[in-house]
Amino acid sequence: MNMCPGALRKWALGLPLALSLASLSGSASAAWELNLPVGVTPLSTIVYDLHMLILWICVLIGVVVFGVMFYSIVYHRKSRGHEAAHFHHSAFAEIAWTVIPCIILIGMAIPSTTTLIEMEDTSDPDMTLKVTGYQWKWRYDYLEDGVTFYSNLAPESRRAIYEVGGPQERAEKYLLEVDNPVVLPTDKKVRILLTADDVIHAWWVPELGQKKDAIPGFVNEIWTRIEKPGTYRGQCAELCGKDHGFMPIVVIAKPEEEYRAWVEEQKQAQAEAQTAALREWTRPELMAKGEAVYASACAGCHQLDGGGVPHHIAGIAGSDVATGDLDQHLKVVLEGRAGTTMRAFGTELDDVELAALMTYQRNAFGNATGDLVQPATVAVARLNLGD
Amino acid sequence: MSAVTTHHDDHAHEDHHHGPPPGLMRWVLTTNHKDIGTLYLLFALTMLFIGGFLAMGIRAELFQPGLQLLNPDLFNQFTAMHGLIMVFGAIMPAFVGFANWQVPIMIGAPDMALPRMNNWSFWILPFAGILLISTFFMPGGAPAAGWTMYPPLVLQGGMNVPFLIFAVHLLGMSSIMGAINIIVTILNMRAPGMTLLRMPLFVWTWLITAFLLIAAMPVLAGAVTMLLTDRFFGTSFFNAAGGGDPVMFQHIFWFFGHPEVYIMILPAFGIVSQILPAFCRKPLFGYESMVYATASIAFLSFIVWAHHMFTVGMPLAGELFFMYTTMLIAVPTGVKVFNWVATMWRGSMTFETPMLYAIAFVVLFTIGGFSGLMLAITPADFQYHDTYFVVAHFHYVLVTGALFAIVGGVYFWLPKWTGHMYDERLGKWHFWLSFISVNVLFFPQHFLGLAGMPRRIPDYSVQFVDWNVVSSIGGFVFGLSQLLFVYIIFRTIRGGAKAPDRAWEGARGLEWTLPSPPPYHTFVEPPKVTEADAHS
Repeated sequence: MNMCPGALRKWALGLPLALSLASLSGSASAAWELNLPVGVTPLSTIVYDLHMLILWICVLIGVVVFGVMFYSIVYHRKSRGHEAAHFHHSAFAEIAWTVIPCIILIGMAIPSTTTLIEMEDTSDPDMTLKVTGYQWKWRYDYLEDGVTFYSNLAPESRRAIYEVGGPQERAEKYLLEVDNPVVLPTDKKVRILLTADDVIHAWWVPELGQKKDAIPGFVNEIWTRIEKPGTYRGQCAELCGKDHGFMPIVVIAKPEEEYRAWVEEQKQAQAEAQTAALREWTRPELMAKGEAVYASACAGCHQLDGGGVPHHIAGIAGSDVATGDLDQHLKVVLEGRAGTTMRAFGTELDDVELAALMTYQRNAFGNATGDLVQPATVAVARLNLGD
Repeated sequence: MSAVTTHHDDHAHEDHHHGPPPGLMRWVLTTNHKDIGTLYLLFALTMLFIGGFLAMGIRAELFQPGLQLLNPDLFNQFTAMHGLIMVFGAIMPAFVGFANWQVPIMIGAPDMALPRMNNWSFWILPFAGILLISTFFMPGGAPAAGWTMYPPLVLQGGMNVPFLIFAVHLLGMSSIMGAINIIVTILNMRAPGMTLLRMPLFVWTWLITAFLLIAAMPVLAGAVTMLLTDRFFGTSFFNAAGGGDPVMFQHIFWFFGHPEVYIMILPAFGIVSQILPAFCRKPLFGYESMVYATASIAFLSFIVWAHHMFTVGMPLAGELFFMYTTMLIAVPTGVKVFNWVATMWRGSMTFETPMLYAIAFVVLFTIGGFSGLMLAITPADFQYHDTYFVVAHFHYVLVTGALFAIVGGVYFWLPKWTGHMYDERLGKWHFWLSFISVNVLFFPQHFLGLAGMPRRIPDYSVQFVDWNVVSSIGGFVFGLSQLLFVYIIFRTIRGGAKAPDRAWEGARGLEWTLPSPPPYHTFVEPPKVTEADAHS
């Protein structure tokens, strides 16, 4: 068992903070939240109404049943001199409280059934988004436009996780912010295909009113039609390992024209990334980009300081791989290590990102190899490994 | 084994010959149902505290945003082991302990039908428990994929995987043997005149539970064995890359898992159905409909399993089927609640600690039932699934449901078991502390879930701080309050006011005709049971 470093001290230091947060944040908008969001899609609105309907039926039944019970508790007690009756059976009562609940249940089942039928109807979409769950990030593919990217927990949130003294309060949307948000058009029927690369994840944005598992080897589908522009946040909802709590989802809904402009921007950026791989990069450029790639792709396991997790995950700082033979290091990153949680990053990162990452890992955390890795070197390594 | 074994002229003489052997070996070699019942209950109490320690760790980590105490991997180990230990180590053995103590003395049998197997089924448990808990100290740590053990995630575990699987196998074997023993005892060893429909309701609920155990536990054994071969022998039952299906595990697991849920609640129904009439001084209302409702719930438990997995992407027809069957469970469960309320109606109630726990059970279990009904509504479940709303729901049915019934049952029968009355004032303190804190602990979790907090996360966004702080404070108070429970139990074992044979004025049934504490062997000569002194 290994706990967080300085565990108890850190916990105790945060105590007054937690208590004051709880007492002060009464005025903040999202605090002390009690109920489901109504959401911004037709489905989320129907689901909210259904939820409230069932809730009120339950409350009503509760008031009646508990009311009778508490009346009895107050008046039918021995200390008031109440004598026990001797009845112990009534066919009429038994039939009544079997039949009446059945009728109530049928009343609940009808709107539930119609809603469910509507939710499962993914036909005739205007566009399709494919979502792939990874440990621990999401990949988004816009099937019609060929736009592809990965979405990670924002570095600011990641840095705040182990801090003491309220940086979680200061981090913008702590744990609910990503580096690359999904952008979707408003008022379009978007079909979302869900799958996973490693273990089961679940894609959930409460305000869209849908949640579905992303299962390796299978494709699930849901649909949504966002009616209001805005930013909607969610999280992975199926336990998927160590960083299950750290793979948020951010959906930005934009009107059609703005959405089209964003798509064009993405396409252009992807084209630029391809030409960037052809030129020589300087050391500061590589180190700066490498740090960013490291923070999103590696720090989840190996930690921001490169120290890893004792007994679980090897450190990068001073590791034989990151200070040894470059080709071997590249091989591990491109292909992963079978039988461990070290995944292959060959398809996930492009040549520039890998070159920057290699340069960063081999020169940061005291790994003073002095190596400078260019995108071309990565491209060659890919070819060699492909043999 | 015949109900009449040896013939003796008087009780004192018989006790002299058949008292327990002295020393530690009494407990190791015992085949006596009372000793084994005590062992089961003490084992469950120990596990309750180990599982409770893990729960305290979870609530401490969730007390504030950021990670302070547990790294994410250790947090996942805590949640998984908390679930496994509470389900298989605390709740289930506690009910088997009740069955061992109570079934023979409630049906007028001298002992359990298969006493040597009874010894074995208990003594498997500590070893299974050690096997499971030892994984915490292995490289890579304990299982961290939740008590539901879903692949592919669970197969990423390190050394703990085979230990987890064999521990589950052992726990399953123990349960199956216990269940066989209970069925054989109830069907063969009832005293003359103790017809099936004269049996106390606790015996009925356990008879039905035992059949559920025999049907469900082998299914779990099959599921974990497939995990074992997937991990170590190259099969691909649950590996899509090899032609398998990870969702198939969930179907098999929950085909076990839903009956398992009722295995943990039906005996609780039984205990509450014993306590309420005793303190209402009025017979249980609708005895026969209670039996039929229990049987209906047991039947339905086999055709609702996929409501635990509405989000895996089932066909529409499947989702509708499981939604309807799940909603249907509300009917027999409602019948039980209405019968309990009708039992209280126009009674002559007093409110000793067991009664307080029984009333709290009816109210809080019903709240858990309401959230269960909400979860049954598939379209709404898409929002609730895998959030703290679910955590709140199943803790309402398992803590304020099953555990409250167990604690109430302990207070109810402790005078019979020990021969001493517990301290009523302390018992009431224990109840009110537990009752208030458990609601502070779990009720806000409904809000957290609805507001969007997923379950099984070690850290959360700052919008969830407030209710987490409240919930953690409730958790710490609830945890500490249980130390009082242990103190009360051990004080009662050591001494206290002498308990009369019929410890409670309104208590009916064969066990109250025996001395308190009962002699080591009871009902060696079967009693004659008439309509009048059958179930209350």
